[in-house]
Amino acid sequence: MISYYLDLAWRSCRRSKALTVLVIALMGCGVATCMVTYAVFRATSADPIPWKSSQLFVPQIDNFGPTNNNAGEPPDLLSYADGIALLHAHQAQRQTLLYAVKLAVVPGDRQRQPFSEPADAVTGDFFAMFDAPFRHGGGWSAADDDQGAAVVVINGTLNQQLFGGANSVGREISLDTHLYRIVGVLDDWQPRPRIFDHASAWDAFGKPVQIFIPFRRAIDLHEAPAGNVICGARKDDPEVPDWGSFLHGECTWIAAWAELPTHADAARYLGYLHNFAAEQQRIGRFDWPPNVRLRSLRRWMEVERVVPKASALSLIVALSFLAICLLNVVGLMLARFMRRAPEIGVRRALGASRGAICRQFLVEAAAIGLAGGALGLLLTAVGMAAIGLVFEPQIAALAHLDTSLVVSTVALAVATTLIAGLYPTWRAAQVQPAWQLKSNG
Amino acid sequence: MQIPPILAALRRHKMATVLIVLQIALTLAVVSNALFIVRTRVVHLSRPTGTDEAHIFVIRNGWIGSPAVQQVDARMRADLDALRRLSGVRDAFASEAYPLEGGWGLLARVKLQPEQRARPALAIVYFADQHALDTFGTRLVEGRNFRADEIASRGPYDKLAPATIIVTRDLANKLFPDDSALGRTVYLSDGPSAIVGIVDILQGPYAGSTTRTIDEDSILVPARLADPAGTVYIVRSQPGQLDTLMHAAPAALFAHDRLRTINPNGGVISLIQARAQGYATDRGVAIMMAAVCVLLLLATAGGVVGLSSFWVSQRRRQIGVRRALGATRKDILRHFQIENLLIVSAGVVLGSGLGVLANLALMRRYELPRLPPGLLLLGAVLLWLLGQLAVLGPARRAAAVPPAEATRSV
Repeated sequence: MISYYLDLAWRSCRRSKALTVLVIALMGCGVATCMVTYAVFRATSADPIPWKSSQLFVPQIDNFGPTNNNAGEPPDLLSYADGIALLHAHQAQRQTLLYAVKLAVVPGDRQRQPFSEPADAVTGDFFAMFDAPFRHGGGWSAADDDQGAAVVVINGTLNQQLFGGANSVGREISLDTHLYRIVGVLDDWQPRPRIFDHASAWDAFGKPVQIFIPFRRAIDLHEAPAGNVICGARKDDPEVPDWGSFLHGECTWIAAWAELPTHADAARYLGYLHNFAAEQQRIGRFDWPPNVRLRSLRRWMEVERVVPKASALSLIVALSFLAICLLNVVGLMLARFMRRAPEIGVRRALGASRGAICRQFLVEAAAIGLAGGALGLLLTAVGMAAIGLVFEPQIAALAHLDTSLVVSTVALAVATTLIAGLYPTWRAAQVQPAWQLKSNG
Repeated sequence: MQIPPILAALRRHKMATVLIVLQIALTLAVVSNALFIVRTRVVHLSRPTGTDEAHIFVIRNGWIGSPAVQQVDARMRADLDALRRLSGVRDAFASEAYPLEGGWGLLARVKLQPEQRARPALAIVYFADQHALDTFGTRLVEGRNFRADEIASRGPYDKLAPATIIVTRDLANKLFPDDSALGRTVYLSDGPSAIVGIVDILQGPYAGSTTRTIDEDSILVPARLADPAGTVYIVRSQPGQLDTLMHAAPAALFAHDRLRTINPNGGVISLIQARAQGYATDRGVAIMMAAVCVLLLLATAGGVVGLSSFWVSQRRRQIGVRRALGATRKDILRHFQIENLLIVSAGVVLGSGLGVLANLALMRRYELPRLPPGLLLLGAVLLWLLGQLAVLGPARRAAAVPPAEATRSV
């Protein structure tokens, strides 16, 4: 029966070419616009670690107070004192402190110029916590953490650049005139967006971090934060003339993460944060009640507004565009189907049931939808090539056409056309055979 | 004139009419908001920085090995000497940020009294010396430039309390709306500073949309920021020398001191490139919105043509009857034109409401300003014109229906 319906659809398309072309073009444009913007949105709002993101939390402690904080929200980062206190309390299965540092790689060959790469100072749990994949070696030990050992984990790109991709574990590199022993090489780890150090480095879609050194090492070397430093403007703040008083002042610059596998763990950790802040109030460091937060990774992505505004905005516009195309197609399908009222009358008179008429027209709608999907696919491919015109290069590079996008493009087109065909089909099925036959003379 | 019969005819096609009205309403809502976004972005990205952008480039220089502040200061002086002596360089100075950079400037709270309770004005600091004004090419409108003896050397943890500062006219007007800011004292984070000069326009390093209100509020602080992490050299070239210098200048710096990093990609950037990069998103959004507007209007026009043709083909007999009863071709043409006008007008009324609602939602979520009514009107006029244009073809075909059609039954 389907082939008969398809044959009927084909005949009707041939009879009203302009209308068919219009419907297919509208569906193609609407679907393609949606898919291109969706590809960008998907790339920018993707969860970088979906299998574990519900267990990773960002603790926040308000050390600025109600007069200096941002509309009641605690700062995104922790002060050194708070970060270290959390780390030493061991209230989570794993904990990480990190901040972005500026380190220059000084090649041994004096002919080559030194260059800087994105670098983070992290505590040892970091690699296990974010499931960073090692190609060679591994992270550093707890002892290295405590002593601030001169060890380093480098990422794939830097390993390629310095050692041609060979196993460089055990070799030394010079970072800012200090020698570091390589203990691990990551397997080109590029989580996007770079949420783990976003609060500090503020570079969600920039180059992947290439250098990781122990947090304690960076503190011992007085490595100033290369990322955000936000200070509460308290009157009794000690002046910050040197590293020591900067370290122990109330400036916030450390990103913290806690791994809490269950809801109960998270609730307990939040309780601990609350008690910690209450204790700080009791000893007179805070003169305000505890104001703490514990946010999951996904929630943190929203708070940090990682998804570029342009991306969300264009998705909204594209969806409205598709909605308008949909309305348009409903109208055109109505015109198409009602024009064939006489044909429907004859078919009904010859014994076709309402259901059969419905099936016939839904098959026709689906066929047109498929054609629209094919066109949409073509336009999506063109749009993906032109994506660089609209979005910054590093974001445009993230979006790509893959199988799931191809399937969803065609599915969206067929689904939309079927939805658009529902009302016209219902109307077509309502045609009274007797009336049509009579008016046909 | 013919309106009641037109309405009567439309009542027989309720659903199709509702569809077109909805479509026009949605189109108006989206097009007016999209055009508005295009306009705000275009205004945003064409703002001047107040500098001689065509001749300025920037070197982002990192130091290796966390040298002491005194060392950094000595190396910066040596670098600046080398840069200024380079042939083709008009002037140069060191700062920690540059216009159109897109972030990382030092934000200062500017108070009028040391114990001010009210929320202080925010401004963005450029560290500068007596060469800064000439390097930027910005015009001093009041007061004087810094003197060489005022330029301090400042470590990264030193207090921010310069004895003298130069501010932009925009900031001066915000701080002292009633009289001249020249000679007045303001308080930055750590102490009093006297305003000795006012420059015309100098945009801060943030080009984002969230700092729009303070983008023109810059303060020049007479100091070299001897930051062990690194510094920014801003260089103004003689006309025609920019491209040569962008290679020669970093090479000259490396030649006399290797322990530095200037990233091969992006470490040396002209302000023209910085403008293109800083506003890439704004430009992209503007292009996309404009493209969507055009597509939308085309889609809507297509829909009107399709449905009108359908109506014409359905009403051939009625048209024939009217023609046989004495209606002229013009009457028939007029009928479809007025019908279209009525439908589009209904869509415009509904769409204006929707457009304002959409704008309110966007205002809340994306910090967009209020939609000016003029843009809605522009969208409405566009749609009226488009509707008339789209209906013209089908209406002419309707007018061509011969009166004899009334007598034919198939």
